[in-house]
Parts: sequence; C-alpha cells; structure tokens
Amino acid sequence: MPQHIEAQYQEILNEYVKKQTEQNLYVGQNFSRQLILENISPEEVISMHKAAIRELYSDLPDVVWHSFDFLIEMMINYGLALQERQSLLKRQEELKVEMDLAANVQETLLKTKLPSLDGLDIGLLSIPAKKMNGDYIYFVSDYDGYAGVAVADVIGKGLPAALCMSMIKFGMDSLNSSHALPKDVLGVINRIVEKSVDDSMFVSMFYANYDAGAASLTYGSAGHEPAILYRANTGEFDELEAKGLLLGVSPAAVYEEHSVTLEKGDMVIMMTDGVTEGRTEEGFIEREVIYKLIEQKKEQPAQAIVQHVYDELERMQNAELQDDFTLVVYKKV
Amino acid sequence: MSDQSSVEILTEWDIVAARQLGRNVAKELGFGTVDQARITTAISELARNIYLYAGQGRIEIQQLTENGMKGILIIAADSGPGIPDVRKVMEDGFTTSGGLGAGLPGVKRLMDDFKIETIQGEGTDIRATKWLR
Repeated sequence: MPQHIEAQYQEILNEYVKKQTEQNLYVGQNFSRQLILENISPEEVISMHKAAIRELYSDLPDVVWHSFDFLIEMMINYGLALQERQSLLKRQEELKVEMDLAANVQETLLKTKLPSLDGLDIGLLSIPAKKMNGDYIYFVSDYDGYAGVAVADVIGKGLPAALCMSMIKFGMDSLNSSHALPKDVLGVINRIVEKSVDDSMFVSMFYANYDAGAASLTYGSAGHEPAILYRANTGEFDELEAKGLLLGVSPAAVYEEHSVTLEKGDMVIMMTDGVTEGRTEEGFIEREVIYKLIEQKKEQPAQAIVQHVYDELERMQNAELQDDFTLVVYKKV
Repeated sequence: MSDQSSVEILTEWDIVAARQLGRNVAKELGFGTVDQARITTAISELARNIYLYAGQGRIEIQQLTENGMKGILIIAADSGPGIPDVRKVMEDGFTTSGGLGAGLPGVKRLMDDFKIETIQGEGTDIRATKWLR
C-alpha cells in the first residue's frame, strides 16, 4: 500500500476521533472513493486502520488488536468479491464491444440493394429492437424487369437470430435469379433452414416477386404475417395471404403462391409482426390503425409512407420498440 | 532451498490443521497480517475442494528461497476424479454464483502464482505461490 495513503488516512481518522463532525466524515467518504480507485481492498483498509490506531493510541488493550485481525480475516472474501466484480465488469465491456462489432458485420453482410424499376416505387424501413436485427430483407433484382423481395423474421432475437439470417442470405444468393417463383424460393430456403438450424429456431418469410412488364406481383408465405394490398381506385385494403408452414419445420413443406395485378397508385405493404404486434396502453395495434396511417400518406412516395407509419406507431408505443420492426412498400406509379 | 511439511485432508477438521500449518509458516517467513489471512484463505479453499470433491488428498506447505526472495508454496494434491473443464472452473462467476466461496479464481487472486494440472480419473495437482515483498 502506498505510504502517502496510509499517512493521509491516519490524518483524516485523527481529525474525526478528535472532533466528530459531519465535515470530517465527508472528508472520509471522499477519501474512500480514492481508495476504491486505487484498488485498495477492504482487508487492506482495515489493516491500515489498525496501523493508524496503533500509532495514535498504542496503549489500547490486546482485545482491540485481536479484533482487527479477526476483521481482516473476515474481509478477505469481500475483497475477492470486489475483484471478481471488477473483472466481470471488464468482461462485460469487452462483450459489448464485440456485440457492436458483430452488429456492424451483420449490417455489412446483410446489406441489400433496392431494385430500381420503372413504374415501381419501393420504400423500406427496418429497425432492430436490440442491437442485432432479427428481421431480414433481401431484394433480388437484375435489371430485367423483375423485383423480388424476401421479408423474413427469425423467431427469437439477438445473436442466434442474426447467425440464422446469414444462412438465409446465402440461400437466396445461391438461387441467383430474379424470376424464381415464390413457391420454389420458399421451398429451397425451407430445406436449408430445416437442415442447418436446431429445432427450437423457426423463420417466417414472405416472398414476393414483381414483374414490371405484366404489372403483376406473385407472392408466397411461410407462416408469415399477411401483406396488405391497397387499391387506389376504391381506397380499399385487403390482406394477401398464402398457405405454408414456417421455414425449418418440415423438409416436405409445400408453399402456395398467388398473383395480383397492380394498377397505378396500388400498393403492397409487407411487414414483420413487430409492426402489428406493437403494444400501446390500450392493447395491440389493430390493422385498421395501420390502414389509416397508410391512407394519410397514400399520395406520397413509398419511403415517406413507411417512415410515417413507423413514426406514428413508435409514438403510440412511447418510443419503446418491443420487437424488430420492418416495413416494405411496393407502390405502382 | 525448500522446507516442507504437509497435512492429510480426510475430514473437515483437517482443513483447520492445514490453515494452521500455513499460518505458522507464513508468520515465520515474515508475512504481514493481511497476507497471512490471504494465504490461509487460499489454503482453506484448496483444502475444502479436496474434502468436497476428491474425498481425500494432501496439502503441502513449502518455504521457498529463489533469487534472494522468500516465498510460500502451497501444493494441493489429490487422486480424485479430476476437473472435467478447467477453463470453466477458472472463470469468474462460475463457482461463486453457486455460493461455493472464492473458488479457484479466488485462490489465483490471493496468491502471486498459480498452476493447475488435472487429469480426469487420476487427480488434481494445484501449486500456488506467494512471495514476500
């Protein structure tokens, strides 16, 4: 133990023993902070106390000195607990840095390029609830008039979900075709997920492919949240559903697909359950609420619409996102 | 140069005998009260591990002199089942969370030098040293 600390302690203690003022106690409290900063353990503090008292009052009875020795023995485990805590805090800090790095890697790895297609305006927003996003969006487009999009939600959040997602990405990459049919895409990804992921992890996915030439959207779903279809001429909303098991449940799962033709101003809104399962004080957010929010901005570009829906839903939930939030809008223009 | 003496650990009372032996040697070497308490706590922990997990074993205390420095060496040896995952028991928060006391990371912290050798089915040999400053 540094000698200046011992001397300082003795001085502060002496002041207090002479005069028991709050001021002297306050000085002591500040000094204890310094001790912690210098990693002085509890047993060392007691040893220092004993030495200081011996210096000031050497004629105290032996029982006092023995009691200090006993107290030193008592404090050893407290000192260890303190050191352990410091090492765990350091470890926690390291883990946090690692997680930040992993989140960055995820962001780079899962980057997807918005297709640019005449007659189609695309809006996209994906906000993770925690550091790692459990929602995944992947666009498939090779400038030949098709724009495919996969909207996936890995059941479970954080790191395991993120790892699972990389697999979906590589599965999609291996298909390497913008006109692959939704039922085939879902079938392939299902077999990959089923083979590679343990039984406790499931993925829901919506796959839609827009053919600009025919202005038609073909879609399929693996247990995913239905998409919303907005018809501009009637102002009506409808749900786009297709039967199919969650990915990873059974290798034999088959997936339906359906098509709709889009007219000017029509929109298809795809999302994850983080959008619909947001909770406000009054309960779950109704689909009608989302319809209303879309309607308010229906004349705006697709990106302005997704941003508006997110801003309003976030506001309703007091800025507390329960789940990863992902919204994709395909708007025929 | 080394001077040695040891205590067989068979019952919980032998833990006390091992502590006593360690304290006597530490005192004789000139360790202060705080270091004496650290050394005996380390001995306690190692002896308790033998008593709880190996059933029986031995704590050996040696005085060391090396490059003009004096120190104390604790050897804890048993022919018990061995430790299946040493990395795990050396991790902070592994033993202490179960309320088992300082654990091996604690012993490592209390001493200056710590070595562990364990073979499953054959036993464990732990050597921990503290130098006099």
